[in-house]
Amino acid sequence: MNLAQSLPLLVVASSLVPGAIIFFLDEKQTVARIFLNMAGALIKLALAGVMLWGIVHGYHYEIRLPLLPGIDLFLRAGPLAMLFVTLSATLWLLTTIYAIGYLEDSPHRSRFFGFFSLCVTATAGLALAGNLLTFLLFYELLTLATYPLIVHRGTEEARLAGRNYLIYTIGGGALLLLATVWLYTLTGTLEFTARGFLSGLDAVHHPALIVIFVLFIAGLGVKAALLPFHGWLPQAMVAPAPVSALLHAVAVVKAGAFGIVRVVYDVYGIEFAADLGVTLPLAILASATIIYGSVRALFQDDLKRRLAFSTVSQVSYIALGVAVVGPIATIGGLVHLVHQGIQKVTLFFCAGNLAETLGIHKVSEMNGVARRMPWTMTAFTISALGMIGLPPLTGFISKWYLGMGALDAGQNWVIFILAGSSLLNAAYFLPIVYAAWFKPSPSTWPHERSFGALETAWPLLLPPIITAALTLGLGLLASSPISPLEWVRFIASREFAP
Amino acid sequence: MTGDLLGIPWAVLLILLPLIGGLACFLLPSLSKSLGLLCALAILVAVGGLGWQLAENGAQRYAIGGWGAPLGIDLYADGLSLLMLVMAALVGLGVSVYSSAYFNGDKARHFWPLWLFLWAALNALFLSADIFNLYVTLELLGLAAVALVALAGGADALNAAMRYLLVSLLGSLFYLLGVALIYHGFGSVDIAILAQRIEPSPAAWSAVGLMSAGLLLKTALFPMHFWLPAAHASAPAPVSALLSALVVKAPFYILLRLWLEIFSPTGAAPGQLLGQLLGLLGAAAVLWGGIQALRQTRLKLLIAYSTVAQLGYLFLAFPLGTSIAWKGVFYLLLSHALAKAAMFMAAGNILYFCGHDRITDLDGVAQRLPLTLAAFSLAGVSIMGLPPSGGFVAKWLLLETALRSGQWWWAAILILGGLLAAAYIFQVIGHAFTQADAPAETGLVPARMEWTAVMFAFAAILLGFFATDAFELIGIGAPTSGVSGG
Repeated sequence: MNLAQSLPLLVVASSLVPGAIIFFLDEKQTVARIFLNMAGALIKLALAGVMLWGIVHGYHYEIRLPLLPGIDLFLRAGPLAMLFVTLSATLWLLTTIYAIGYLEDSPHRSRFFGFFSLCVTATAGLALAGNLLTFLLFYELLTLATYPLIVHRGTEEARLAGRNYLIYTIGGGALLLLATVWLYTLTGTLEFTARGFLSGLDAVHHPALIVIFVLFIAGLGVKAALLPFHGWLPQAMVAPAPVSALLHAVAVVKAGAFGIVRVVYDVYGIEFAADLGVTLPLAILASATIIYGSVRALFQDDLKRRLAFSTVSQVSYIALGVAVVGPIATIGGLVHLVHQGIQKVTLFFCAGNLAETLGIHKVSEMNGVARRMPWTMTAFTISALGMIGLPPLTGFISKWYLGMGALDAGQNWVIFILAGSSLLNAAYFLPIVYAAWFKPSPSTWPHERSFGALETAWPLLLPPIITAALTLGLGLLASSPISPLEWVRFIASREFAP
Repeated sequence: MTGDLLGIPWAVLLILLPLIGGLACFLLPSLSKSLGLLCALAILVAVGGLGWQLAENGAQRYAIGGWGAPLGIDLYADGLSLLMLVMAALVGLGVSVYSSAYFNGDKARHFWPLWLFLWAALNALFLSADIFNLYVTLELLGLAAVALVALAGGADALNAAMRYLLVSLLGSLFYLLGVALIYHGFGSVDIAILAQRIEPSPAAWSAVGLMSAGLLLKTALFPMHFWLPAAHASAPAPVSALLSALVVKAPFYILLRLWLEIFSPTGAAPGQLLGQLLGLLGAAAVLWGGIQALRQTRLKLLIAYSTVAQLGYLFLAFPLGTSIAWKGVFYLLLSHALAKAAMFMAAGNILYFCGHDRITDLDGVAQRLPLTLAAFSLAGVSIMGLPPSGGFVAKWLLLETALRSGQWWWAAILILGGLLAAAYIFQVIGHAFTQADAPAETGLVPARMEWTAVMFAFAAILLGFFATDAFELIGIGAPTSGVSGG
């Protein structure tokens, strides 16, 4: 095992080790805690960068440790894995800065940041997982690591939200375990392979494979908040804002969506899945979730709940892009993994800023808030417009490829879903933007705190500005060679037979 | 030098050490703590020696006093015995460390001799090569365990201890009757000899029935678990840990030996039918234990019912019957022992700190006893069977066998059992995480007690990474050679 091969392990360890140390820090050791957090985040980002460079130049990074008889703990940095690793490393760095600012005076910071690091460890692990067992391991670790973050406030409401979260996710994990073991008894291997490893299986197993697929989608759909497994997500909003940001942008919800991508492309193989006839039901389920989430979002006055239902809707774009079956739609779905993450994390940062600075929790309290907090609301507006799909922002790129892909695959009905969803997005985001910029502001805010010259503390302000800039920049530079879009094209080219 | 060390009869030492240690503690009560800890360390070394011996030379048979079977007493050690001995040595060391802080004064004076006698009986049981010696050691084990339960004092504990005593005697009696029938019918009590001689006959069938009934009662398989929750919950915390982690496993070990070496290969047992029945009872135990655990309002009772459920898993391998399923059960024996010991120790710490173990009033435990809660949670991961942990490896292997053989209903039980476990464990964690209004500090928990619990829980998790190596050691002497399949 040389250094280059152990890189995937180091990426996982770069948050595990600081996290483990942070647990044992005293509450007052703020400097040490911040140092460990930032060092871990920066090292992870640097390692991800090195691996990206290496993969482009033809290096392979993988590592195996025996785990069960016949199955290894297997980490491999493939192109799809790197997409998710880079996203999570980038957003973790920003969310860590944000969380340090957000939780400055609150109790139990060591516990919080310990689990926060574990959470990112799990995300990196499941991104790099080279087989289903490894994926399952980190998937469950993610469930366990996020639970203490959701109940962090220690209120009765938080306890109930946490309980609800567990009922969904532990149940989902059990289905995933069942599906994984069952698949293993049929194939004797669980290793992710481009274009899948099931197409060679005897036709008598096809009914079983369909049932297993349903188990997989149900097990992963819980985290991805697919209909009807989305109930936990709006409740989990009792968690502190950085947790919500993490949950919605990179960790839990994305883990589910990423798992669906893995199962469809690298376990079943997209073409084999289409032959089995399981992709169309998935596309319909994803479409229903898209519309349902948006409609529910319309009627939420609580800002974070509105954003939560928006996530329910937006994350299903990824599943939709997968299920439409076609290289172009695949690009749309995969690139949305990145784009939705960046946009949603911005929106949650902004919501957190409003709550922390002015005590605003409701949409109806946001009149004229842009004049008090112009930077925050600029970031919010850019992301909201991105969500709606306005060119040249990132959201537009996703929707463009999804639409083109659907037409290319002959699934014209998807266009109506996309159009309907965009209208609904506009209907629940634009009134907020309008009210914030153009309506007169009230004489007092619910609970205002002063931060001197800045509209709020700089660790709270910097992350959303950076991510909003990324929303704009990645949209403008979508066709440059270093954009996520180009990387996703590269992935898609491997998943479809020429 | 190495040859000399290999020549030492480590197995005999494993019985003598705790016996001598117990006597010494009895005679020198003022030194009992140090003597007990020293003894625990020595046993760990001896187990290491035995393991090394087995790895070098394969399964071992010792004729004590040179007489040999069928006249003298034989000891036999293979991978399965080694597993049980390692389990006892690890849990034993941990419990000894924990107890050295937990028990003081009069209690300590009573605890140490009893505990070391129990340990001696346990080690002798795992090394016995004949079914009569198994009876003797089982009886000794039961008596020592009853005395330890009574150590807590108070009406509850004495009641539970008395009930436990009666159950224990009844179970041993049934077992002894079976032994008598076998000795009468086949002229030997040596397991290896019986394995060749025994054949289907009414006597053999009755013996199987009687011995199984006695052992099932003692290992608390549903619906014969009625005595367990009270006994395990009212005992002092380290004793609860011992009972759940080790003592209930001993009758199961005997059943396993009989099943794998005498009954199953010859077909003397009404194989399939009895296997299915055991599996069915196991499944009922998993569900019933889980549901009861969920309904408890006291932490220690919850953990005790969790033991009822976890013991049920052990019986799922009987209908499955392949060597992969047995491996799963072996691993579950070990991981449950570690995890359950950690849980009872954590409960002991909470009881020590708060003065009660009402689950709904555990608010603030996460703030005040973070290490203890960490121990409970990590142990919970293994009990739930989530990866990576020893419990997960076991569950995976059982699931794999169940699905491979098309017996999906056992898979459903495994999944449901895991969900129930998650429900009752997170009920505790959820309450522990709620914020306490006013700090209700009473006593501080000795660091030794917190750390022992954490180490155990961590070990249960780490087990998840050493499955392949562990199976190599357990496979010494091929304890499952009599069963079919991979």
